Amino acid sequence: MRKSQKAKSLFNLSIIGPAIIDSLKKLDPRHQIKNPVMFVVLVGSILTTGLYFQALSGHGEAPAGSILAISSWLWFTLIFANFAEAMAEGRGKAQAANLRRTRRDTPAKKLSNPSYGSSYEKVSATTLRKGDVVLVEAGDIIPMDGEVVEGVASVDESAITGESAPVIRESGGDRNAVTGGTRVLSDWLLVRISSNPGETFLDHMIAMVEGAKRQKTPNEIALSILLAVFTIIFLLATITLLPFSVYSVISAGHGERVTVTVLVALLVCLIPTTIGGLLPAIGIAGMDRMVQANVVATSGRAVEAAGDVDVLLLDKTGTITLGNRQAVAFIPNQDVNIKSLADAAQIASLSDETPEGRSIVVLAKKKYGIRERHIHELDAKFIPFTAQTRMSGVDLGDGRQIRKGSAEAIEDYVKKFGGSFSDDLKSNIEMISKNGGTPLVVAEHKHVLGVIQLKDIVKGGIRERFAELRRMGIKTIMITGDNPLTAAAIAAEAGMDDFLAQATPETKLKLIREMQSGGRLVAMTGDGTNDAPALAQADVAVAMNTGTQAAKEAGNMVDLDSNPTKLIEIVKIGKQLLMTRGSLTTFSIANDVSKYFAIIPAAFVGTYPSLKALNIMHLATPSSAVLSAVIFNALIIIFLIPLALRGVPYKPMTANRFLRNNLLVYGVGGIVAPFIGIKLIDMILAALRLVQ
Amino acid sequence: MNWNNVIQGLIFLATVILLAKPLGIYMARVYEGKPAGLNVLLGPVERWIYRLSGIHPETSMSWKGYAVAMLLFNSIGIVVVYALQRLQAHLPLNPMSMSGVTPDLAFNTAVSFATNTNWQSYGGETTLSYLTQMVGLTVQNFLSAATGMAVLVALIRGFIQKKVETIGNFWVDLVRSTLYILIPLSLILSIILVSQGVVQTFKPYEKVTLLQPVKNDNGTVVQEQVLALGPAASQVAIKQLGTNGGGFFNVNSSHPFENPTPLSNFLEVISIILIPAALCYTLGYMVRDKRQGWALLAAMLIIFIPCLWSCIYFEQQGNPLFNSLGIDQKATAFQPGGNMEGKEARFGIVNSAIWAVATTAASNGSVNSMHDSYMPLGGLIPMWLMQLGEVVFGGVGSGLYGMIAFAIIAVFIAGLMIGRTPEYLGKKIEAYEMKMASLMILIPPALVLAGTAVSVSLHQAKVSIFNPGPQGFSEVLYAFSSAGNNNGSAFGGLSANTPFYNIALGLAMFFARYWLAIPILAVAGSLSRKKIVPVSQGTLPTHTPLFIIFLIMVVLIVGALTFFPALVLGPIVEHLMLHHS
Amino acid sequence: MIREHMKPAIVSFLILTIITGILYPLSVTGIAQALFRERANGSWIYRNGNPIGSLLIGQHFDDPKYLWGRISSTSPVRFNAASSSGSNLGPTNSELIDAVKARIKALKTADPDNTSPIPVDLVTSSASGLDPHISLAAAYYQIPRVARLRGLSQDTVKSIVRTHSYNRFLGLIGEPVVNVLKVNLDLDSYKIDNNMNI
Repeated sequence: MRKSQKAKSLFNLSIIGPAIIDSLKKLDPRHQIKNPVMFVVLVGSILTTGLYFQALSGHGEAPAGSILAISSWLWFTLIFANFAEAMAEGRGKAQAANLRRTRRDTPAKKLSNPSYGSSYEKVSATTLRKGDVVLVEAGDIIPMDGEVVEGVASVDESAITGESAPVIRESGGDRNAVTGGTRVLSDWLLVRISSNPGETFLDHMIAMVEGAKRQKTPNEIALSILLAVFTIIFLLATITLLPFSVYSVISAGHGERVTVTVLVALLVCLIPTTIGGLLPAIGIAGMDRMVQANVVATSGRAVEAAGDVDVLLLDKTGTITLGNRQAVAFIPNQDVNIKSLADAAQIASLSDETPEGRSIVVLAKKKYGIRERHIHELDAKFIPFTAQTRMSGVDLGDGRQIRKGSAEAIEDYVKKFGGSFSDDLKSNIEMISKNGGTPLVVAEHKHVLGVIQLKDIVKGGIRERFAELRRMGIKTIMITGDNPLTAAAIAAEAGMDDFLAQATPETKLKLIREMQSGGRLVAMTGDGTNDAPALAQADVAVAMNTGTQAAKEAGNMVDLDSNPTKLIEIVKIGKQLLMTRGSLTTFSIANDVSKYFAIIPAAFVGTYPSLKALNIMHLATPSSAVLSAVIFNALIIIFLIPLALRGVPYKPMTANRFLRNNLLVYGVGGIVAPFIGIKLIDMILAALRLVQ
Repeated sequence: MNWNNVIQGLIFLATVILLAKPLGIYMARVYEGKPAGLNVLLGPVERWIYRLSGIHPETSMSWKGYAVAMLLFNSIGIVVVYALQRLQAHLPLNPMSMSGVTPDLAFNTAVSFATNTNWQSYGGETTLSYLTQMVGLTVQNFLSAATGMAVLVALIRGFIQKKVETIGNFWVDLVRSTLYILIPLSLILSIILVSQGVVQTFKPYEKVTLLQPVKNDNGTVVQEQVLALGPAASQVAIKQLGTNGGGFFNVNSSHPFENPTPLSNFLEVISIILIPAALCYTLGYMVRDKRQGWALLAAMLIIFIPCLWSCIYFEQQGNPLFNSLGIDQKATAFQPGGNMEGKEARFGIVNSAIWAVATTAASNGSVNSMHDSYMPLGGLIPMWLMQLGEVVFGGVGSGLYGMIAFAIIAVFIAGLMIGRTPEYLGKKIEAYEMKMASLMILIPPALVLAGTAVSVSLHQAKVSIFNPGPQGFSEVLYAFSSAGNNNGSAFGGLSANTPFYNIALGLAMFFARYWLAIPILAVAGSLSRKKIVPVSQGTLPTHTPLFIIFLIMVVLIVGALTFFPALVLGPIVEHLMLHHS
Repeated sequence: MIREHMKPAIVSFLILTIITGILYPLSVTGIAQALFRERANGSWIYRNGNPIGSLLIGQHFDDPKYLWGRISSTSPVRFNAASSSGSNLGPTNSELIDAVKARIKALKTADPDNTSPIPVDLVTSSASGLDPHISLAAAYYQIPRVARLRGLSQDTVKSIVRTHSYNRFLGLIGEPVVNVLKVNLDLDSYKIDNNMNI
């Protein structure tokens, strides 16, 4: 699971060995029938093998040796295609084996009553069912996916996420989901099992990397149809050549009809074996890349849809901005010295351990040189923030009472003592809001000292990430509970295209539905339970692994790194998957041009000697021409396995430019490459005197 | 390539391009139900037809309903044309007392005209009565063309509409195509043709005394010449405009009574691709993005123009076998030169080749010269244009919907190559559309190749072959390429009026027409149900030169790869034998 | 679904048949007969009030004193205007070469002195088998023979040929041609005129 695996070479000996054996096992017709293109090759291989034995018995249509040569290369074509698939699966299997190791049959402490302290029996994890409650104590492995119903504990989730720092899991709130296979490091948890055996997160991952549960994606189905049609067309074009050839021989009065072996060779060369053979490998490798990016997708469909996303909804907090705001300025009232405001603000925040509080202390020290004092030396009593008062502060030993809080809370507070807000203060408060900040008013008794400007801090580098998304054609929308003024300011600073302010679960859902009915494909990342309805509605929904069970279930992908901008990687992987298929399809069909020029003159030159003129590659003999084309057709599969497994590289650029580049490489390249390849193989065959 | 050829080719192309826009706009307005200029006159007629027939023009049909209406209407046409031919001896307007047509020929001709193929297994002036020509063939010339246009309009609606279950009303599309587009154009064209000498009369065939008596094949001296006549102009006009192509006379538009002058020839050949070219503009106009229409028209022209020059070139080269015989094949101010076998003196090389390319690019099939006598590669081009699936202009309506099927395949592959589920004209292209489009590119080649394979294997089919060697093979391949793509053009040497060919080609025409029209209606239905995807930066533009080239490559590669082996055994090897031995 | 479309299908088919199959050809015929009566009926050429042929339909000439036209492949008689047909001979067909050689031989026999190359349209079949025209070159090739056999000057024959030659439409479209029947009619009448003058 570690990222270091990415660096592993594509051709790892421990994978190649079993892959070779697998590629022979996959010759089973029941396996081949799933892929019509390769099934045709199988039938052709069997047919030519039969013709070889017929030739051995002395009644063959051509010398046994030349039939054997073609027949064996047809078998190689099949084996190479199987090898590509086996390689991709092998890489997946290696990862699955890693994952499985974490799924040793763990003992579980199944509670009779869902409360701490009640009796439990030790059972095997496999016997647990949805709804059971288990006790997990320090050192235990969490037996199955579930929700914490009681307790707080630190959990080591490195087996799943590869992140070594332990995370806190607790009941209620957004951090109550635990994953089977992870280990509790301290304290204890009561966990309600949320899935039956075989349906857990780990099972999903294993199934996905092994390709066992891989369903064909919509585009894959459409492509299979297209490939099947090409296969049928070429089947017709070659089968009908037999009567055409018979007629031509009669009409010309000399020559012999084309052999079935040559027709089979022609057929196999023409049908899109390159893409047909590599198609399963491309799909498996795509899922594999997702896993390497630490993303678990519940379906291939979602991965493919990710490539089409054109709108991305992101939560502001924690995604676009750092999770907390920071003090950036003190704005004193007219009659107040700025230093005394800074001083008061600092004292009020000394015991405030929230990031906002810390940032006030830091600002006071950095900008006004007010040294940090310890709360004990002031003989002060800290008044913590409560939901009722919505302010915090200190009561000093000398009787001073300093409070800081939201404008409304402090206004109520000073009014109590007969104080009031000046117009000047009010305009300061409004100005801060307008600029995307949050005003925090500081007061001492009934005197308002001034305002602290708190500001959301946009994460470093996020602007560039959004610019990249824009180049991919994806529009970004920020979702926030802030008022529209603040939201607009932050969205502008982060370089987002749009925002949804004062968002509620309902408005989020409504926004997504509107976008979708306008024909857009919406992606969203989220982690909270209140994100779940919107995640369920979005086309591509990435839940954070740190998020709640509800969020994970609503999404169709889970990001184990809980990195909200991971969507960029996901989009790239989705696009790569399609691009690799498209490019190899183009390459495969473009190849046919040269194969015609190799095989057609060779097949009919006996009947019409003038057809020599079409042998533009000047291939040595008819039989070497046919064999060279077949060998090229088989070898190209092997050569393209690395491309199929790595994927065609994706760079954001306009669709038109991208198409032009890929057409040049795979279209024009696809026409030219086999001319060179076939000629080379023919020269080698001729040099080694391997054919007549 | 001499200047005469270049100038005449350019005049032809320029005229087509110039006329495409105004006619395209006119047709779009007709289909959108907007005032188009003739409403005062024809509006009451249109409404009267609906009232009398119990048609509710405002009711839109599901794609299945549309397909059923289309099939039902076309089957009535097949039955009526069949019956007219069988019974013509007992019906009026038969001044030459033509006897009833044989069942297989009647079947072939009925299917041929209902499917807009208009393959001529019959010889007009020797087989059919004036009544059959008018009430049978002329009517089908209109209605089969209107059917093709209706199906196209339904498909265009699929791109325009969003989230609806219906694709329009077949009857309305049919009646409007006939009434507002085909009849007015045919009326104008037929009068001009008469002014050039195309006959339009109900008189029986006339006899004249020959200036110089002539011996017939038996050695008997013949003093008189019998001249076939008839109401030809009215039928010739629609056969050209509706991409039908079935001639009033046996030799079609090479007959001086069908096409007497260079001017009549110019107008007739323009008419071949006028509506198919203009419909591209109609498409762009109706989808509110004219660039899309121009793009498809450009793709067609870019395939068409090299084919045109090549065909002119190969024919102008003349026959190398004549070189040693003291024959002058050079083009001069006094003679067109080139391969004049099977060509009329007034048309020469360039007008014959323009026609051959236009008639096979569009699925017209009429001829003004005999394609069987073309040089091998000169004849390969018309054959290949048909094999491309009749999408380079193609039939009225059917050509453009065929090209759109290729565009669907092209955007699909292109979409994959840029990593995005493809869209075309704002609609997502998914597995269902691919399945239907695939069916469309699969069926014609299947019919052509299978039909040819069976024919060259059966004795009763082989005896119909006229020319020896590869040319004979080309005749059969050409016949099935023509029927399997609803063109109707022929290598005339093949004696196709036999029960085998009448039935085999009849079936090929039938399947080629309806097995393509039904899937395209299904696509129309499926597209109508979809939302319209707004254009974003990630959308692949389908009007750029790059996409046009890619679309062309898809059309050419599919066409070339499917038929290359067969073409090698026909025209290509014949060409090589002619020049390398 | 079929039942609901039955009535519209049958009735609209009938109405459209009447409009396109009867009203349309009848109106074209009406307008044509009113405006271009002579053209619509076959562009007849008359001699002494009797139709001798059509301006548009060729006739067979193998008498050396007439201008010859294209080869016609109609049967059972050449230039059979009741059954048009081309030769359909392919470019490599030996029958084509034989037909061409036969025509060359006939031309050489009729005019052994003429050694200039023969214009191609004179030795090849037309598409319709009814081509009324030949190229100017083909006409000029025959002038010496016709002039000699008729005892006319080549200039006289040439001027007759010129009278019945047609240039391209607007000088651009089509090919320049000579109407064989019209030339031959004029040749015959020229002879008559001359005889009367003597």
